[in-house]
Amino acid sequence: MLNYIWFGMMFAGVVVGIFTGNIDAVTEAAIDMAKVAVNLAIGLIGIMALWLGIMKIAEESGLIRLIAKGLRPITIRLFPDVPEDHPAIGSIVLNMSANILGLGNAATPLGLKAMEELQEINPDKDTATNAMCTFLAINTSSVQLILPATVVALMGATSSQIFITTIFATGMSTIAAITAVKFLEKRKQFIMHSGGSS
Amino acid sequence: MIESFVQSVNQVSRYIIPLLLVGIPFYGLIFKKVKVYEAFVVGAKDGFTIAIRIIPYLVAILVAIGMFRASGTLDLLLNFLSPVLTFIGFPPENLPLALMRPLSGSGSLGLLTDLINQHGPDSLIAKIGATMFGSTETTFYVLAVYFGSVGIRKTRHALVAGLFADAVGVFSAVYICRFFFG
Repeated sequence: MLNYIWFGMMFAGVVVGIFTGNIDAVTEAAIDMAKVAVNLAIGLIGIMALWLGIMKIAEESGLIRLIAKGLRPITIRLFPDVPEDHPAIGSIVLNMSANILGLGNAATPLGLKAMEELQEINPDKDTATNAMCTFLAINTSSVQLILPATVVALMGATSSQIFITTIFATGMSTIAAITAVKFLEKRKQFIMHSGGSS
Repeated sequence: MIESFVQSVNQVSRYIIPLLLVGIPFYGLIFKKVKVYEAFVVGAKDGFTIAIRIIPYLVAILVAIGMFRASGTLDLLLNFLSPVLTFIGFPPENLPLALMRPLSGSGSLGLLTDLINQHGPDSLIAKIGATMFGSTETTFYVLAVYFGSVGIRKTRHALVAGLFADAVGVFSAVYICRFFFG
């Protein structure tokens, strides 16, 4: 899927670029974005180090295990394949809490920590597990209670009006994400081929 | 009432990060006798490796998105789709934002800013746009970074599910705003 979309975007970019006369802009964008990608990754190092350091303290003091245990009734339904009180559950819960509170730059390091822990119990290191796909789908559906600061800045006094509508729309997209993931993970074209379980 | 609630929620969120930064080491050091400084350094070391590991995935995704955006394909799609959209009650003005949102955070923020400046924050179009922005995510970026950080290349159904969620978020934003403000 990603193979076709990735190629499709570049293909459409070049073909349409030739017809609209934007081909120079397409070339420039390709070179610029390669640089942007590296700068983004480098820019993540500091904030990643900060949160992963704090997370390590939370882990060694047993805080993560505690949180994971408390939310087990919910997480067991979303992630049935992850063993009871596995550290991944703690990181997933923390990532979602950070997302709900609109703490974008804390959410990413916590989410990457969760992915690393999910990867430990992945039988096929190349391929995403059901738990990973569920986690990412929920993440990309944006579970946010607090409006992004940028939106508040732009909308001014009107932002309190869209507070409610945003919660509604976000709720709908999260429900859609969970439903889609649970439906798709059993479909033939997406099922996992290794690990013996499928 | 809603306004004061939003205000207080935003006030509280100012304190969350500093409280976490000091609360977690406090709990570890005082209650569990964790060597907090040493634990921090061990954990922080991973920040570098993870950031470096996602570079190839980010380059792949962002280059493709950049080429797609620069070519003007979105404008073409817009011309093609706007009669259908008007028919189902979807303001065509909001379409570029809806299509851009999964691709690029800065690109979609630029489009939202433009919508609000052009139509004013009180307009239905601005409200729909802001709701869309808050209820969807930059799906391609998130997938590239998260899967990239652990070296996953076969992403199975994650992208389809993510894009489906974005679509539901976009349409919900349109119809909820029309219902409340239309």
